[in-house]
Amino acid sequence: MSNPTLINGFDTRRHVGVHAEQVSHVSSTDYPGHYPGEDNSWDLDAFKKRLNLKVQRLSNRSVAFDLVGVDASIANAFRRILIAEVPTVTVERVYVWDNTSVVVDEVLAQRIGLIPLNVDPSFMDMKESPSDQATDRNTLVFRLRVACTRNKNAPKGSTNPNELYINSDVLSSHLEWVPQGEQMTVMASNPPAPTNPNIVLAKLRPGQEIDMELHAIKGVGKDHAKFCPVATASYRLLPKIVLNPQKPVPPHLAEKFQKCFSPGVIRVDPRTKAITVDEEKARNESMSREVYRHPEFAGCVQLARVRDHFLFNIESEGFYPPERLLPEAIAVMRGKIANIRKVAEALLHDSDGPGDVEMTDT
Amino acid sequence: MNTLGEEESEWEQLNQTNWRGLGITDPIKNVEDKWLLLPAFLKVKGLVKQHIDSFNYFVDVDIKNIVKANNKVTSDVDPRFWLKYTDINVGFPDRTDLDAIDKSVTPHECRLRDITYSAPILVTIQYTRGKNVVRRPNVNIGRLPIMLRSNKCVLTGRTEAQLARMTECPLDPGGYFVVKGTEKVILVQEQLSKNRIIVETDSVKGIVQASCTSSTHGGLKSKTYVATKKGKIYLRHNSIHEDVPIVIALKALGIQSDKEILLLTAGNTDAYKIAFSANLEEAAKLSVFTRHQALEWIGSRVKVNRKVVGPRRPAWEEALEALATIVLAHVPVNGLDFRSKAIFVATMTRRVLMAMDDEKMVDDRDYVGNKRLELAGQLLALLFEDLFKTFNSNLKSSIDKVLKKPSRTNEFDAFNTMQFQGDHITSGFVRAISTGNWSLKRFKMERAGVTHVLSRLSFISALGMMTRISSQFEKTRKVSGPRALQPSQWGMLCPSDTPEGEACGLVKNLALMTHITTDVEEEPIIRLAFMLGVEDIGLATGTEIYGPHTFVVNVNGTIIGLTRYPTRFVTNFRRLRRAGRFSEFVGVYVNHHHRAVHIASDGGRICRPMIIVEDGRPKVTSEHIAFLKKGAATFDDFLRKGLVEYLDVNEENDSYIALYESNIVAATTHLEIEPFTILGAVAGLIPYPHHNQSPRNTYQCAMGKQAIGAIGYNQLNRIDTLLYLSVYPQQPMVKTKTIELIGYDRLPAGQNATVAVMSYSGYDIEDALIQNKASLDRGYGRCQVLRKNATLIRKYPNGTFDRLADAPVDENGQIQKKYDIVQLDGLAGVGERVDPGDVYVNKQTPTNANDNTFTGQAAAVPYKNAPMTYKSPVAGYIDKVMISDTENDQTLIKVLIRQTRRPELGDKFSSRHGQKGVCGLIVNQEDMPFNDQGINPDTIMNPHGFPSRMTVGKMIELLAGKAGVLSGKLQYGTAFGGSKVEDMSRILIENGFNYAGKDMLTSGITGEPLEAYVYFGPIYYQKLKHMVMDKMHARARGPRATLTRQPTEGRSREGGLRLGEMERDCLIGYGATQLLLERLMISSDKFEVNACQECGLIGYNGWCTYCKSSKHMANLTIPYAAKLLFQELMAMNVVPRLVLGDA
Repeated sequence: MSNPTLINGFDTRRHVGVHAEQVSHVSSTDYPGHYPGEDNSWDLDAFKKRLNLKVQRLSNRSVAFDLVGVDASIANAFRRILIAEVPTVTVERVYVWDNTSVVVDEVLAQRIGLIPLNVDPSFMDMKESPSDQATDRNTLVFRLRVACTRNKNAPKGSTNPNELYINSDVLSSHLEWVPQGEQMTVMASNPPAPTNPNIVLAKLRPGQEIDMELHAIKGVGKDHAKFCPVATASYRLLPKIVLNPQKPVPPHLAEKFQKCFSPGVIRVDPRTKAITVDEEKARNESMSREVYRHPEFAGCVQLARVRDHFLFNIESEGFYPPERLLPEAIAVMRGKIANIRKVAEALLHDSDGPGDVEMTDT
Repeated sequence: MNTLGEEESEWEQLNQTNWRGLGITDPIKNVEDKWLLLPAFLKVKGLVKQHIDSFNYFVDVDIKNIVKANNKVTSDVDPRFWLKYTDINVGFPDRTDLDAIDKSVTPHECRLRDITYSAPILVTIQYTRGKNVVRRPNVNIGRLPIMLRSNKCVLTGRTEAQLARMTECPLDPGGYFVVKGTEKVILVQEQLSKNRIIVETDSVKGIVQASCTSSTHGGLKSKTYVATKKGKIYLRHNSIHEDVPIVIALKALGIQSDKEILLLTAGNTDAYKIAFSANLEEAAKLSVFTRHQALEWIGSRVKVNRKVVGPRRPAWEEALEALATIVLAHVPVNGLDFRSKAIFVATMTRRVLMAMDDEKMVDDRDYVGNKRLELAGQLLALLFEDLFKTFNSNLKSSIDKVLKKPSRTNEFDAFNTMQFQGDHITSGFVRAISTGNWSLKRFKMERAGVTHVLSRLSFISALGMMTRISSQFEKTRKVSGPRALQPSQWGMLCPSDTPEGEACGLVKNLALMTHITTDVEEEPIIRLAFMLGVEDIGLATGTEIYGPHTFVVNVNGTIIGLTRYPTRFVTNFRRLRRAGRFSEFVGVYVNHHHRAVHIASDGGRICRPMIIVEDGRPKVTSEHIAFLKKGAATFDDFLRKGLVEYLDVNEENDSYIALYESNIVAATTHLEIEPFTILGAVAGLIPYPHHNQSPRNTYQCAMGKQAIGAIGYNQLNRIDTLLYLSVYPQQPMVKTKTIELIGYDRLPAGQNATVAVMSYSGYDIEDALIQNKASLDRGYGRCQVLRKNATLIRKYPNGTFDRLADAPVDENGQIQKKYDIVQLDGLAGVGERVDPGDVYVNKQTPTNANDNTFTGQAAAVPYKNAPMTYKSPVAGYIDKVMISDTENDQTLIKVLIRQTRRPELGDKFSSRHGQKGVCGLIVNQEDMPFNDQGINPDTIMNPHGFPSRMTVGKMIELLAGKAGVLSGKLQYGTAFGGSKVEDMSRILIENGFNYAGKDMLTSGITGEPLEAYVYFGPIYYQKLKHMVMDKMHARARGPRATLTRQPTEGRSREGGLRLGEMERDCLIGYGATQLLLERLMISSDKFEVNACQECGLIGYNGWCTYCKSSKHMANLTIPYAAKLLFQELMAMNVVPRLVLGDA
């Protein structure tokens, strides 16, 4: 693909070009054999020097951090593992004793499955196969027993179901943990419960009743989205705005130019109308490419993204505090690497064998 | 009262001019929100007002007319006896069960119990009993199925809460019947208008003909033609053997003078005179000069199909009667005054002459103004008339039977006889509506497929069915005319909503604001016309009728008079109509080609409301609309005040209608209320349809009816044969005004999927869609399928009865697995899981149920099992079990079994733009691309779907949907309006997105940015009812048909997959003989036979019964079907002999 003329400051080795109609230089090139005469082989020291991780924001439910100096494949592996392979515990089997609500069993079961639980998966074993016997090591039991009745003390003339009836909404807080075996002692410090008590599962009216037994097991997100520990885990590349010194923005258009970017990204000198990029806030740029729409700014600016600078955003929705998620993902990845190493070594040792080695998960 | 008066006067003020000819309502540029008239219209009329109005007209007016026309029953035996119907009324639906205390009944109960929602027909009779005259009110003569939401329905005028108590959906439009538990719609039938002259030509045969189908009350229908044959003009009618030369016909009708005939037909136009002169000559040649001669001529050619009673009448009398009553029956003949009929025939002749002279004078059969729509009311009226007449003749014969007896113990009371007349009327209605066969021998009417089961696949499919119009044209005829889009259907019939394929263009749908008229009495209209200065036609001669400045005035196709000031007449007439002096549905227009004023008051005309424009100014102003908004005025107020009026197609074409206020010029007469009302209810769902290629809108109209969603607020109380429900339906991000008006936002069928328009993996070619597995896990596209399984626990005539039994135990005392869910009452428990093969109703029938000689104890009879077993390959759950009684006291059990399905590979989805596709691949969330916000698409659609389909509306929907999501508002995609792309782009920019809606995505697989920007945003996707689970089928071995021993056919019978003729041809061409043999015989119906080499016949067991020998028997393998053929041939005396040789 022919690339539009690039202006100074845009480095094809480091930057992904963001043009009006396409994206250029998306893949990294720093591997051996790409540039004649350069080595570029992986070097731990150089990697260590470049690698940088900085938490930008941390709250109860989410974390934003910069991961700098790794290849897209590594960053992506963390993202993928966070979504698909960090185990969590959620309801898998629902035994319905009674359900007279309007929400049918299958739908209610699906809704219950999606409730995140505050259970540390490391306390539990993974069931090897679905037919495995449920034990106190691999299964948590909850009970959901709700019956709706009329509220005798309801204010007169009220039409609000919450006032008129008791238990008109079935909430996740109605889940009741039933400890099995040694669970009582092991989990006493942090009794299993939904992380969010206010999830509406169904609505009831007087006379309707739900009575179910729920079995929660440990699982991973690739089997079902309910096991996913994150609401989302994703990253974007650090935006880079390269101004063309050869073609400055005309002073009378400076405000318009500023408006083409996210707030605060472009600074306009109030007097000289000179334009500068606020490098601190450049990370907020949403890359709307609005500036390319206006012919008067053609050639003034080149948008780009830094290829090895990942702005991660992870929203936790479950047991893990957001800051623990990346280490968990790394742990899963190390497990996988260890597995590969083990298998590879087995292959090496067994050089006169059939050449096939069983690779077990985790 | 006071406040009402104030409002009235406020209204008046608005319409007044206050100062120097300027009112407070001046100056008007645009009428703000004039589309609000539309909901006001729908509030008054409802979505299916045509059906309901028509039914109401039948029940309130027409039924009385029918009874009035047939109100007397006399006896041939006793001339003093008579019985008269003085009144008839239809009551409200009630329960027929004898022991019921609460007689009220709801439609939903009828659906569940498989009974008919009907009301008694009550008559008041007067009759002689001995010497007295007795009057009896409220005599029940039968029951009439009641249309839901009609005047007689219990649902009419109820609030939502009251409807909820009756388990009825407030959004359900009504307009259908519940007969034997099924919902039946009487489709609107399209026909050519009655009693109007239509001129046609056949250019091949060189024929010009004017035809007129007469239809009068009394149902008699006959078609009269005035046609050319070899340059001369003839009158043709079914009741006359031979074509009658037009001059003879006119002479027979009382116009004896040739001069007068010439004047009445050709007038003073020389061209017409020349063309007509040959006809005068012909009459002379046939030596017909006087009226009597003409009548004799015709009389000898009249078909007499009466049973001869008494002496044969002279020919001229036959002719007179035929001309008076059969030919052009709709033209009134008072006494022996045939003048108006003569003029009608003359007019037909003149129309033929005109068409001979000028091609342009030929009428267009496909013109919507020449069409009439026949609705439920009219069809029911025909049926009722037939049934009522039969009822009366049955009554008469049974009365005769009683009166014939010479001595009676007590005085004869006709009322008692009436009570024993059976349910002829009731069963007649029920049979006609439930089978759809309208066979009325009395009117020579034989129509099948008039009614259809209301499709409840989705709310839209039910609604679409109510607005459907079926045409009487044959589907096989290869004429494009009737199928083509007619310019005159603008605003009346939906241009998009028609099926593809054979019924294309023949099945139409009504547009949103269409109304269909019902009959309006014409006498007052005629009187009014005379008052407005029309001169009676009886006083005019041909010179005056065809004079240069005269216009003929027609009422419903019949000439009543002349006027010299047509414009003034029409203006005055309209003024009176706007003032509400007569029905707003009476149409009037000037036809300048025929120089005629037509007034129409007949039923079945299509019309729609429009804003009146006077002096270049619409009469509806923003202030009026403000009143409407306040709820202080209704649509009827607008009509009454003369701000809005209904125009039928003919009048519409005589008007100058502005589409928008800006188009108004001095000559403008009307203003459209809203352009998007040219579309119907189904096409109204499409966002931005004006940006789509038109066939795409048509495709969506077909698919919208297959979408799975919510079907009604009472959907969970319904037990339908098959019910598809969506688990999480959503209202569309991009709505239209139509969606809000019909309630699709409250009963939606689809979900707003985040779509990325990009290619992915190669499993997306040919419109396949990629789905995100996590989205499916979270409930996207999930649906429920509920299937009804019903059975009757019958009582048999011999006293035995079916019974339910608990699960049987085997010899070990164990209950078989398949009876696991059957409880003690013999029924499966609600909520139980049903696996394939499980029994859910353990019914047993007596072994001697049909043995009518059985007299023993009913309880002691042996029983055999007749359980209901679950057949689907996938497990389901018992959703509901209903036990009830039907009308004839049989116990009815309905079991509803539910499956909940998540989308799988091969399930069909569609957007609202005729873009359907199957799910080609389900991808894990981590493999899906994501944008800077971390959003994954729910669905990936291949961009190749766009260039050839040109569904730009879909792109704009995405843009508007995305802007709506970002701004937290629903956007509008109303046809010819809606949110503007420019505004949408601005919202995107303001929220930091690219103005074109394209996002920068990162590949979920490599983690690198994608090299192209991807069009990314929400599009409303519908899941269609075609699911792989219902279609998948394969067979290795399985059942065979008994007759041929070949594998059975079809999935439901676990049939084989046929290697058809064309496939066979391929194998022959390729020469794969062994494969052929295997496919066609060995794997199908191979059969070993013993054949005799001597006689060539088939023997058995190595023995030839023909040769009485076993010497030359050979063993060979042939298809069983071949053996069957030989035997069948032998059965009809053909001997097939096999000639065997070594291969």
